[in-house]
Amino acid sequence: MAVAPAPSVTELKLDQEFSGDVTPDGRKAYSGYAVKPEKLVEVATALRDRYGFNYLSSATAVDYLEPGQMEMVYNFYNINAGGPAIMLKAQTPRDSAVLPSLTGVFPGADFQEREAWDLYGIKFTGHPNLRRILMWEGFHGHPMRKDWKEAYFEEDGKPFDARWPGGEVYRSEENNPFGHNVVYPEGFTLEGWHEESERDIYSVLPTGTESTEAGLQSDLVTVNLGPQHPSTHGVFRIVVTLDGETIVKLEPVMGYLHRNHEKIGERNTFIQNIPFTDRLDYLSSMCNNHGYVLAVEKLQAAKVPERAEYIRVLMDELTRICNHLWAIGFLLNDLGAFFTPALYLIKERELILDVFEAVAGSRMMCNYMRFGGVARDIPDDAYAKIKELVLERLPRAIDEMEAYLTHNEIIKARCVGVGILSPQDAIAYSTAGPMLRASGIPYDVRKAEPYGIYDRFDFNVAVTYTGDIYDRYYVRVIEMRESLKILQQCIRDMPGGEIQAGKSQYQARVPAGEAYSRVENPKGELGYYVISNGKANPYRYHIRAPSFINLTPFGKICVGHKVADVVAILGSIDIVLGEVDR
Amino acid sequence: MYGMGILRGMGVVIKHFVDSYLDDIRWLGSRYYNPEALKVRQGPKGQGIFTVQYPEERLVTPEEFRFIPFLIYEEKPDGTREDRCTSCGICAKVCPPQCIWIERTNDPKTNRPIPAPKQFYIDIDICMNCGFCAEFCPFDAIKMDHDFELASYDRTTEHIFDKARLDRPVSYYASIRPTNYAREEKARAEEEAKKAAKAAARSAAPAAGGAATPAAKPAAARPAPAAKPAAPKAEAPAEKKNDAPSEAPKE
Repeated sequence: MAVAPAPSVTELKLDQEFSGDVTPDGRKAYSGYAVKPEKLVEVATALRDRYGFNYLSSATAVDYLEPGQMEMVYNFYNINAGGPAIMLKAQTPRDSAVLPSLTGVFPGADFQEREAWDLYGIKFTGHPNLRRILMWEGFHGHPMRKDWKEAYFEEDGKPFDARWPGGEVYRSEENNPFGHNVVYPEGFTLEGWHEESERDIYSVLPTGTESTEAGLQSDLVTVNLGPQHPSTHGVFRIVVTLDGETIVKLEPVMGYLHRNHEKIGERNTFIQNIPFTDRLDYLSSMCNNHGYVLAVEKLQAAKVPERAEYIRVLMDELTRICNHLWAIGFLLNDLGAFFTPALYLIKERELILDVFEAVAGSRMMCNYMRFGGVARDIPDDAYAKIKELVLERLPRAIDEMEAYLTHNEIIKARCVGVGILSPQDAIAYSTAGPMLRASGIPYDVRKAEPYGIYDRFDFNVAVTYTGDIYDRYYVRVIEMRESLKILQQCIRDMPGGEIQAGKSQYQARVPAGEAYSRVENPKGELGYYVISNGKANPYRYHIRAPSFINLTPFGKICVGHKVADVVAILGSIDIVLGEVDR
Repeated sequence: MYGMGILRGMGVVIKHFVDSYLDDIRWLGSRYYNPEALKVRQGPKGQGIFTVQYPEERLVTPEEFRFIPFLIYEEKPDGTREDRCTSCGICAKVCPPQCIWIERTNDPKTNRPIPAPKQFYIDIDICMNCGFCAEFCPFDAIKMDHDFELASYDRTTEHIFDKARLDRPVSYYASIRPTNYAREEKARAEEEAKKAAKAAARSAAPAAGGAATPAAKPAAARPAPAAKPAAPKAEAPAEKKNDAPSEAPKE
């Protein structure tokens, strides 16, 4: 892709373009622009149409308890030119938080605004479907608000006082989970309460009778796939309305694995979040680590030793191969090729996991990166294994996989032309990663805004052009080959020396300010928005989860296909529920 | 021609199928229950059937593998134990899920804290095996174990490990993590040598009346990392390697 460093961001002075409505964010160590809420839609439209910032990557809320304000933070990128973001912020009073919805301009804001409503209680006027998304309908309160306390609440920040030096042990489940945190809505009685969450889900689905082409009158049928269904890769639920076997409308329902990762993150100290990031997209924990440490390193202005940078890239790319092998294997499962292709690929993945185990100590929950470096050096035998894998085994394994799958007529019959996502929609719906690139948009964070040392490697952005399931499969194959290219260069250039700048501290000192970092995860752009107020715990810790946002156009691309295709389309999006539900 | 893709794909399946028999023949019956074969089967050159017959066969645990922490004590020549832990509380503070409880000992006379834990609990249901406690312990007193077979019949009574359950001798640590152990002992010996040299230089300096006392004090305040056990233990990993793993983890 054209990697011209976008000149527009530094030159574009939004405050001059919209004098009076947009002002630079003047808070210390903050960046971006504050925009008047009533002008938000206008400015966003202008950003998209006039200045080329056509990709709304992340939209999230921050609760500033002190001034009593809620703030929505939007990150816009120029998807054609690459480069850094334009950050827009709109504030609204906490008690009556209302902001205009951006869904009309950027449909990709849909799920993210629903999340902000669910967790922060900001109402978005003009949102077509403003329901809770992670919590259930009927849940009282908005759990990410700073004054909301969770079950088994102990203290606002770790470390908890009970642990040391008194050390009186107890099991948290021995306590009443809600202790003194229970708040009932006014006038609440158990007798007057009706379970309403299901009604709300079904209320958005059409009912009635449709006449088919053959002239038959048939009722629309609503079917639930999941949450306990092998095709959903976890506890994901799809509610579909069918006309015969054709999808009329599809509504994804999620949150069954929700554990309020972000709230936990705000209780944790900075370093304690690293192992928690492993549990987001648990198939690519190394990359998750990388994104988070980048954000904190930005705040600390920390320098990372050369060798550590190379090791990080090495681990990231191995993770990418690992993840794509898994994704392709399970896509084939979803197509009905039950487990033979998956196990061939899992075998190769297993060898990579052996490397992770030898290097990081755990196969999946790696917890390997630290602020300013990595946890430990690669042992010699593990490094020899990496070399053998990268130079000999994995290229052959990928060739074999291609011989097995790429030209298979059954796969083509099932995949070609199914679940097409147009390039315009791919951008508008804020999809990222292989899903975006399969629709012909050559956008890769490693090229568009290189982090770490990715600017040193010679590789191409994988891209295919149809946007159907087959292309989403094939773009992953190309990406694995490009990853191997990076890995080979990495092994060639691997320097010696330190792996950690200074000594890794158990209490990371993080200056006050905000930072947004993003990395190209195997599933797409993973962003971390971290705000520090100079204390031991982050004030705000947000994750732009690629799996979650990639689901935004899911309903749209399924319409008109059959039920069996829904399963395949979901498999080609490649979600991990640990990240979708957080 | 339509169908060629499927046929080629089936060729891959047949190759895998044949390979699994070829590899059996290649090992002439010694493919299973043979540590040497296991290494090849599970390595980058592995072919044929990839699975292992757990629990008769086990994957080799790499040294860095981490699972549930344990506490290290030094075995004194007279048979007494000396904890390396000083109950400084760093592990409890850095623990992400906050599953470590430490009760500090107070001197019964002065009521001031003594650097030794009275009790040490880890709730292994909560522990997420991140290894931070081991990584940040300044006394090398808490380390991650290799023993992952911890199933029990009653989680409510058996899954909070107390100090007696967590304690392991330093020789056990040396047996499961030989290179880490050697590196730490070397660093400690160097530090002690440096300290001794400093003390010697200070006592050698003229007009230093009580120089010997302040130099001796820091060594006494930190009971665990003493210079004495370092020298004989340096050879320990090599000889302990053979017998320790089988008997040491179980109590």
